[in-house]
Amino acid sequence: MRSEILTRRVFVKGGACALLATTAAPMLLVRTARAAEGRRRVLVAVFQRGAVDGLAMIPPYGDPAHASARPAIAIQPPRRGDTERALDLDGFFALHPALAPLMPLWTDRALAVVHACGSPDVSRSHFDAQDYMESGTPGVKTTPDGWLARALGTLPDAGSPLRAVALGAALPRSLRGDRGAIAMQSVRDFDVRAATSAAAPRGFEALYEQGVRDLLHGTGRDTFNAVKVVRTAGAAGLAPAHGAQYPRTRFGESMRQIGQLIRADVGLEIAFTDVGGWGTHVGQGNERGQLAVRLQDFATTLAAFARDLGDRMADVVVLTMSEFGRTIGENGNRGTDHGHATAMLVMGGSVRGGRVYGRWPGLRVDQRFEGRDLAVTTDFRSLFIEVARRHLRVAPAASIFPGWTPRAPLDLFA
Amino acid sequence: MLWYLDNWASTRADFVIPQGPNQGRTAGLNENYARELMELHTLGVDGGYTQGDVREVARAFTGWTIDRPREQGRFTFRPAMHDVGPKTVLGHRLPAGGGQADGERVIDILARHPSTARFIATKLTRRFVADDPPPALVARVAAVYQRTDGDIRAMLRTILTAPEFYAASARRAKIKKPFEFVASSVRALGGTVDTRGAEALARAVGTIGERLYQAEPPTGYPDRAEPWINPGALLARLNFALHLSGNRLDGVRVDPVALVRGADRTRPDDVLDHLLGTVLLGQATAGTRAVLAAQLEDARVVRKTADDHGPADTDVGLLTALVLGSPEFQRR
Repeated sequence: MRSEILTRRVFVKGGACALLATTAAPMLLVRTARAAEGRRRVLVAVFQRGAVDGLAMIPPYGDPAHASARPAIAIQPPRRGDTERALDLDGFFALHPALAPLMPLWTDRALAVVHACGSPDVSRSHFDAQDYMESGTPGVKTTPDGWLARALGTLPDAGSPLRAVALGAALPRSLRGDRGAIAMQSVRDFDVRAATSAAAPRGFEALYEQGVRDLLHGTGRDTFNAVKVVRTAGAAGLAPAHGAQYPRTRFGESMRQIGQLIRADVGLEIAFTDVGGWGTHVGQGNERGQLAVRLQDFATTLAAFARDLGDRMADVVVLTMSEFGRTIGENGNRGTDHGHATAMLVMGGSVRGGRVYGRWPGLRVDQRFEGRDLAVTTDFRSLFIEVARRHLRVAPAASIFPGWTPRAPLDLFA
Repeated sequence: MLWYLDNWASTRADFVIPQGPNQGRTAGLNENYARELMELHTLGVDGGYTQGDVREVARAFTGWTIDRPREQGRFTFRPAMHDVGPKTVLGHRLPAGGGQADGERVIDILARHPSTARFIATKLTRRFVADDPPPALVARVAAVYQRTDGDIRAMLRTILTAPEFYAASARRAKIKKPFEFVASSVRALGGTVDTRGAEALARAVGTIGERLYQAEPPTGYPDRAEPWINPGALLARLNFALHLSGNRLDGVRVDPVALVRGADRTRPDDVLDHLLGTVLLGQATAGTRAVLAAQLEDARVVRKTADDHGPADTDVGLLTALVLGSPEFQRR
């Protein structure tokens, strides 16, 4: 397999230019060769903004303090054949019943959980904690760039204007500092669609081609390059494959379009999107209710994405994260307040799934962080660096997380 | 805020709900409002409060609730929900039994705190001067806040008369937010907008990234350039410019030709200069003017008659869209 790709690469370099000028059959070859070239590894980072309750996502039903800490909102422990309760993973941890769409991936060992994962910083501010996780420097606010931008910066640049794409209205902090990173709300609308004559896009492009070096002009130049690639690749026209059905939610739409960009071989290496609604301060619910509805969307979307990509998932890892978890005990309103550690998911690639990683700190009051929250036993950077090195093949010497030395690896990847 | 940040339901630890669907259940403290009040509305995240202060402020605000909260009711204080014990907020002692006055006292403590002065001064200066406001000006504005007990008018006077405000580096330093871009586009073109048009414009603002009244985080929308300038958002601006100038927004009518009244339409560069005068107040850079002038060579921008002997006619709508999409028009 490897030698085949190598051959194709050599072929592309040596012959593609000459072939471009000739007829239909060789063009097909060029496209095939390009597709092979385009199959580089992709990381899809999903940020659950608002601090998701890891204890509800992946309830530690085997912990003796679990049920009593959450009289109204603990997820009922698994019972064989009962899909209304937690779904057993390993005899200690379970899946929230709303995450049932992920169970086949777990069984296939394509999905791993890292529990009690989070930041060593004590902040319970959403904004600081998101900032620290995305910059990759807990406690340091002056870091100018994001960890994904730094990771991408260490990888060889094959020249695509779409190496890093965030689905959303703004570029996330994680990708800040990458000069070419692109934010878009919609693949289909990523064009000068309102133009009635080709003069308009040409005119706009010329306005931003001027030699001025500032945010606006730089963005303009990136924009028009990327527009051409997305248009040529026909990304917007790709229907989900293998009968995958994404929910018609914002998150579903984002992941569907990330799937389009990957399958259209636009040269994507890092995709980012976020999904909100996790701030369950009041009426969190248990097997059903507010949080369950959000988790249902989350899981259905991730499962649809895996199905849509099919074999391609061998090159793609989805990593989920959240700025912190929520209190172990429920608050006065059957909700949970800002806590500390949470659970993160790793799906696809060569992940050694079907396992919950990380040391379990326990839920007893004396085992808690500051007497109230789930303690962090896995620094989020340990997880992120492993994904960067083992999946994206970032060189071990590269400094993705300045001022921090990785400890023993989780050994998440085969 | 009592509703959005959950304080309406926050109670003393042992409060038993007397009626309603949760009757008989013990409620308790909810920290959400207390934390965001200090982090986002007064002291700022580095303003010097602790998790302990968050709990104490939450205790002080217990009982600050809403009468019939699901029916848009009004503020009410319910003594039964209130934690009557003594509290210590940022080193200030609140004696037991303060009742509703506990929360008022907390607001006073927070409002007079030097961190709040700096926080509000930074936000105002960022809004009116630059994304990264000059620290010396922020310090002066914060001092005015403290001296005048938070008189926003006096703070604004300080900003608007400051040399930093008139500095060349502050000129067009701010990127228009999507709302500002859309509103200034319609105004620059003298557009008329009916009810449907208002809806179309609100949708356009959302497409460019600022869904009105739907900012998800409690910070509201950012007042800095980076979150608003990216390829997707820029394309949305360009598409809006084309839709607006081409009269393709339902309920919004513009007349680009009226903008160049007095211009000789057979002389495309005269049309362009009129347009730049009206829409950009004559402040286009030489580079932008040159790029736009070059577009006039395009037969799709300046139409010739069929036999190429009649007078030329300039596509003012298209040219207007290009001006609205120019880098200069993205700044204010």
